[in-house]
Amino acid sequence: MASPRPEQKNEPWKDPGAQPYVRLEKLTKRFGDFVAVDDVTLNIYRGEIFCLLGGSGSGKTTLLRMMAGFERPSEGRIWIDGADVTATPPYERPVNMMFQSYALFPHMSVQKNVAFGLRQDKVAAGEIDQRVTDILKLVRMEQFAKRMPHQLSGGQRQRVALARALVKRPKLLLLDEPLAALDRKLREHTQFELLNIQEKLGVTFVVVTHDQEEAMTLATRIGVMNHGGIAQIGTASDIYEYPGSRFVADFIGSVNMFEGRLVEDEPDYVRVASDELGGTFHVGHGVSAAPDATVWVALRPEKIVLSRERPDGDGDNRVEGVVAEVAYRGDQSIYLVKLATGRQMRVTQPNTLRTGTGERIRWDDRVWLSWDSSSPVVVTQ
Amino acid sequence: MSKPFLLGELLAWIRAHGPWRWASQGLRARGYSGRTLVTAVPYLWLALFFLLPFLIVLKISVSEMQLAMPPYQPLVSWISDGVIALRISFENYLFLLEDSLYWKSYLNSIRTAAISTVICLLIGYPMAYGIARSPAAWRNLLLLLVMLPFWTSFLLRVYAWIGILKNNGVINNLLMALGIIDEPIVMLQTNFAMYIGIVYSYLPFMVLPLYTAIEKLDQSLLEAAANLGCRPVKAFFRITVPLTMTGIIAGCMLVFIPAVGEFVIPALLGGPDSLMIGRVLWEEFFNNRDWPVASAVAIVMLFVLVIPIMIYQRSQGQQLGAHR
Repeated sequence: MASPRPEQKNEPWKDPGAQPYVRLEKLTKRFGDFVAVDDVTLNIYRGEIFCLLGGSGSGKTTLLRMMAGFERPSEGRIWIDGADVTATPPYERPVNMMFQSYALFPHMSVQKNVAFGLRQDKVAAGEIDQRVTDILKLVRMEQFAKRMPHQLSGGQRQRVALARALVKRPKLLLLDEPLAALDRKLREHTQFELLNIQEKLGVTFVVVTHDQEEAMTLATRIGVMNHGGIAQIGTASDIYEYPGSRFVADFIGSVNMFEGRLVEDEPDYVRVASDELGGTFHVGHGVSAAPDATVWVALRPEKIVLSRERPDGDGDNRVEGVVAEVAYRGDQSIYLVKLATGRQMRVTQPNTLRTGTGERIRWDDRVWLSWDSSSPVVVTQ
Repeated sequence: MSKPFLLGELLAWIRAHGPWRWASQGLRARGYSGRTLVTAVPYLWLALFFLLPFLIVLKISVSEMQLAMPPYQPLVSWISDGVIALRISFENYLFLLEDSLYWKSYLNSIRTAAISTVICLLIGYPMAYGIARSPAAWRNLLLLLVMLPFWTSFLLRVYAWIGILKNNGVINNLLMALGIIDEPIVMLQTNFAMYIGIVYSYLPFMVLPLYTAIEKLDQSLLEAAANLGCRPVKAFFRITVPLTMTGIIAGCMLVFIPAVGEFVIPALLGGPDSLMIGRVLWEEFFNNRDWPVASAVAIVMLFVLVIPIMIYQRSQGQQLGAHR
């Protein structure tokens, strides 16, 4: 998925002198014997949209709840804007949260829900009215101010929840699966709206999600979580193109993963012989691993070229197979190709031509699969 | 042929030919379905055991007392030349207004019930909250403990309080043995004992509806309130109390209504000055044998109670409407 935001020039995480806005230091949370969050250290910078991405039980929500102050960490410290807030109760943190269930107060109107936070701060009545009106305008809910939450649709509730969290102008906004309850069309629309609002207000967002597309669309950086720890942190393209582990490669998008042996190890390329592939990968990046070590090669389905003719060149980065399945997806087609070794390989090809025009690859066709040496990624763990 | 088979055949025959079929066909022809019949049962029950007795009591309350059996004059009497005379007397109701004893005991009953209800709420809410927020494995046990007293007769439990509160009862003996007091504290036959009895007896009726309401409350709402800068105590009054209002009202009604008419507890534990309407009713009926006045007392009490019930029904209706 293409990134909707212009390529960011400022990447504070690359600047060693930059002060992190939120700093989690060796954070651990145990529930009885179960370790929900395991020794997480994380820096989040001002103005970022940081996505915590992971499956259920990966600890991402617990991490978010610790930032909000609903859970006390078993170990470690939390710093927000230079202040240690580890022991600060939730009602004194400069943090607002948008709940997965939205948690709108059912006995209050939209207007009262949004004004609730400002009332707690003893803001003057006139200013409350003004700010509530402004923020409802921003989320385009101003005509629903008098409605009760149960009179709203899911998407409208989501906007009210967002307005309620934003109206206090928090330094840090936590969003727990903000779009999970919305249908696909509305979700995409809202993603871009969230980006607009974030740019307008300059708030730092931390978003928890299990939806990788959502993470990739929103995030400046993504932290992939697994078993309570952070598996990898990076921009969407870092994580997609250069996964650091088999888990990350497998979790983000779909991938063909082959076990192999390092047969040639040079600073700018490696060759990996794979019995599963029945051939050799020529990978255009160096790897820090012992010679002859067992490694894994990850190859994205869309980076494979499918052809009937044998490609030119030497014998690396190609394999022959038989088409076992074809799935037509409209914008693209998915092919499952069975190799001579018995492994199946997933290949996606964009449907640049309308089907019926040109010669299509069908079931049981013999095909050649080939790829560029920049496409495969070697992971050692 | 085996017996069950015979029985089954018989049933089938009855369904096909017997009065069952005539009845169901006859009802269907008049536009009644099975559903109407099912809902008719509770209505019939109420008509038979509530409406009819109520009408009888209403009738007696507008008649006049006489020393006979029954101890009241008939409403309708035959006058010799074929004229029917209908005598409706409001004297009993006027009597209730004139004699300060009655309205004082009404007021006293309402005050006693109201104070008991408030005490029950103050004790019951933390209890219900504690149970609803305890680990799931504990909840059923704790609820069982709340209901456990029902397994013993109500009367026995009130008598047990006499044993605890009387001058040579458990509390006084203990305090004297410990040397804290020299003279027994008089607790029995006081308002204090009466309130203990009422609160003790009706507390479960307060706790159970409160528990149901609190248990349903979404915890994330309180987290949201805290997240928006609301301190826990304030969040309790702004979020928890309004959202458990149905439970509060239901619990208060379940305590207040029976407490107004309470007769046994004031009689056994309360002092001579705790004149409650239930006791007045008893005395009119059994000691004075004035059925008409006793009936008038009962009718007025009913209307005194119907008003809070109607308020309760209204709020329930609004709640239902709001959450739909």
